[in-house]
Amino acid sequence: MNSSPDRIADPWGVRSPYAPGDPWPSRTDLHLADGVTEEDVEQWVPSASILHSNGDAMDIAVRDGRIVGVRGRAADRVNRGRLGPKDLYGWQANHAPDRLTRPLVRENGRLVETDWDTALDRVAARTRTLLDERGPGSVGFYTSGQLFLEEYYTLSVLAHAGVRTNHLDGNTRLCTATAAEALKESFGSDGQPGSYEDIDHADTIALFGHNMAETQTVLWMRVLDRLEGSDPPRLLCVDPRYTPVARRADVHLAPRPGTNVALLNALLHEIIRTGRIDRAYVDAHTVGYDELAAGVERCTPRWAARICDVPAAEIERAADLLGDARRLTSTVLQGVYQSHQASAAAVQVNNLHLIRGMLGRPGCGLMQMNGQPTAQNTRECGADGDLPGFRNWQNDRHVAELAEIWNVEPDGIPHHGPPTHAMQMFRYAEQGSLRLLWISGTNPAVSLPELGRIRSILAQERLFVVVQDLFLNETAQLADVVLPAATWGEKTGTFTNADRTVHLSEKAVEPPGEARADLDIFLDFAARMDFRDKDGGPLIGWRDPQEAFAAWQRCSAGRPCDYTGLSYDKLRDGGIQWPCTEDAPDGTARLYTDGFDHAHPDRCESYGKDMVTGATVTPVEYRSLNPDGKAVIKAAEYLPPHEDASAEYPLQLITGRTVYHFHTRTKTGRAPELNAAAPDVWAEISPAEAAAQGLADGDLVRVTTPRGVIEARLRTVAIRDGVVFVPFHYGYWDTPEGHRPPDGRPGRAANETTVTDWDPLSKQPLFKTAAARVTLAARRGTPRRQDTDGAGTNRPGADRTDTHGTDTHGTDLGSTA
Amino acid sequence: MSGIGLTLRALHDGERDLEADLLAVAERHRTEHEVHHIATDVARWSREHAARLAALGPDHGVDLSGPRDHTAPGALTALREKAAQALGRRPETGLLLLEDLRDLHLAAVRNSLHWEMLAQAAQATRDRTLLDLVTDCHPQTLRQMRWTNTMIKVLSPQLLVSV
Repeated sequence: MNSSPDRIADPWGVRSPYAPGDPWPSRTDLHLADGVTEEDVEQWVPSASILHSNGDAMDIAVRDGRIVGVRGRAADRVNRGRLGPKDLYGWQANHAPDRLTRPLVRENGRLVETDWDTALDRVAARTRTLLDERGPGSVGFYTSGQLFLEEYYTLSVLAHAGVRTNHLDGNTRLCTATAAEALKESFGSDGQPGSYEDIDHADTIALFGHNMAETQTVLWMRVLDRLEGSDPPRLLCVDPRYTPVARRADVHLAPRPGTNVALLNALLHEIIRTGRIDRAYVDAHTVGYDELAAGVERCTPRWAARICDVPAAEIERAADLLGDARRLTSTVLQGVYQSHQASAAAVQVNNLHLIRGMLGRPGCGLMQMNGQPTAQNTRECGADGDLPGFRNWQNDRHVAELAEIWNVEPDGIPHHGPPTHAMQMFRYAEQGSLRLLWISGTNPAVSLPELGRIRSILAQERLFVVVQDLFLNETAQLADVVLPAATWGEKTGTFTNADRTVHLSEKAVEPPGEARADLDIFLDFAARMDFRDKDGGPLIGWRDPQEAFAAWQRCSAGRPCDYTGLSYDKLRDGGIQWPCTEDAPDGTARLYTDGFDHAHPDRCESYGKDMVTGATVTPVEYRSLNPDGKAVIKAAEYLPPHEDASAEYPLQLITGRTVYHFHTRTKTGRAPELNAAAPDVWAEISPAEAAAQGLADGDLVRVTTPRGVIEARLRTVAIRDGVVFVPFHYGYWDTPEGHRPPDGRPGRAANETTVTDWDPLSKQPLFKTAAARVTLAARRGTPRRQDTDGAGTNRPGADRTDTHGTDTHGTDLGSTA
Repeated sequence: MSGIGLTLRALHDGERDLEADLLAVAERHRTEHEVHHIATDVARWSREHAARLAALGPDHGVDLSGPRDHTAPGALTALREKAAQALGRRPETGLLLLEDLRDLHLAAVRNSLHWEMLAQAAQATRDRTLLDLVTDCHPQTLRQMRWTNTMIKVLSPQLLVSV
């Protein structure tokens, strides 16, 4: 055998049903290159998924120095051998012919090849000049959710204590910032409370804005296997789209985008009204319950029904389902995190678990999910700008502790305010005070909102842009220096998934050309900058991944994300959940089994923020509210969205993912099976909405907002009337223009149209609250203009005009793909 | 007119002004997206406060007009937003932003002190209606203060040092 059955047609594969409390049966998924069998493989190198947040363990198959496939690891706790379609096929991108193999620098307006010394000297020289002339506030770093822990920690030390800038963030800001913020608000610190095993024990599973079937296919397999087994859990789905999750749900609520807080307040109202709270738990472990009860007193299902446009009876049914659960597992993702009042809504899911006393026990799992494979490490290492180890920038003792670990003066670590989030960095660059932006492993020229604005910021003469990536993506094309990076399979390091499972990913093959591991690039830069500690020694003393890991272990000691009990050797046997210490050598399945230590004023990562304004709570206020360190129940009032449908823009636009692609398709667009499965952008509206607008399935439509316009094939699918959905993956690297829409013509990146607005607490951009209109560009069957003039023909699978609406649509996957 | 009536009037006028000022700042700093959106959100609180104060006015012998009519976004709004777009790439607008936030904060402090006076008077006279109003509204004024303070704290280092 060299391959599992076609997992494009069936992303989830065959079922292995199991009963509550039983271990999830294993199933080993495999995909090898054509003509290669398992016997031909010379080496199997342990790793895990890098194309989503689930952390599925796998072995990389190597033959003749090349990656020839992947096989799931049956013994691993996360996936028991299963892999999703992106893992099975995505590795092929490593071998793509257009990988960057040499550094590039801009000369006379053009990017030309050069050597590492020239490229990095140029970056170091500009950094030094800016630090001398304008100070550390002129330098910013925007990194990823796909590098390794060792790389984030190195970058974090380099930025915090080397450059001493507050401007450091990851693209996790777009996917997981609200998860972190919601956990900080409720439990005082980041850290996923639940464990994937909670799926095995739950009698009720609630998915809030989480299309798990597409974002975490293997976890969804686990749910499907429970649903097919004896005594299956009941399922609640909250999603304006009729997703595969919705199709399996006992209750599906499809609220108007932007109204999650109203809906959740009504659910909490019903649970409180019907007395289904765990009073003893609330009294023992929480503060703030009375404010919540008062806050939701008037939030009846009838009230919410008007705001959310969901029948009150359905809200009551959902509340019954949640209220009757004995073992409730909830997950939350982008339907909440990228929507209006993101943090306020995510916190209400925490409140649901707190008032029902459903935390820290098997089946009572609360999971504020991540979108990216290594997002957890971005957060814990402080590559999102936070202080490493979930330390509190407002707590001088935490800063002193960090200063001691790094052997620097406490005032050498900027902590006068919260870190600068990505959107604010771009604002500072727009306004001219940020002059160097180093972007690693992410593609803001496609992934940030309002792309016309982002492109104009990146293209400024006064802004020096460094891009570190695998390919000459849209952002790299606007850079002054481009650094070719090694990727998964070409370097060694660890990363941590959405349920705190740490995996080791080892180097299997050499990177192409002169490409280097991100760790080596950061270390080289630090050496060129000659960053020193307070005794004159090197600030960063480590030279390889294992030494970087050891440095991080020391930084994590005693913090919620304690790695001190882990080692590369131990991780070679499989994933382990942090905290992992001498006392808990096998890791920790669930946090908060016995109280909320991390919420204590002396230990917490954050004192919290105002649920509407994002204003920081002071240490004194927090200490008086929560002197003993309990979970904090925070109420939130519903506010209308900042941009809503109008006569001119009658629809609400939401963007999202497809199961076949990740991010801006940098890798998945270069894996033939994945690219062929979803080669070009489309737009979804309901059949009724299409009829009302005089549109039909397969028409070429324009989606227009006050910011911009795109063209896409229309798919009519089951989705709320009044809502248009567009996948955000598609950019321009595989079009003639390379990094932007054709002159004077509509683009295809969803973010041409999205709004620049972010959650005031988590600073996560809101991709699911914009007003739009959908109009006809050309009837079905009419080729696009760019096809007739030949401009689009070099695009892989370019715009299969006639089949786009029918090929994938109409299958079981049609509305989801 | 009683002291309570005079204070009601002063606060009512202060909340009307603060609403207008918040909305003006939101327009003027259209390119500072967080300021724009949150200023608009918390302007709503001042509007509600003015309406509720006006409703209570007759009990204390004052006739208060309540919140201003919202004119449709007119020429002035368009002009301010255009100006914001044009100036959004100039570092000097950062200083203007800090000054605006400072003025908003001071206006909210003024209102807060008036709420404090009314709370004390309501307790002294056992005026439940007035006390309930203060209990509902004053926390929101404090939140307006904390927000402007937080924004000043976050933005000052960049706007004062790196410009």
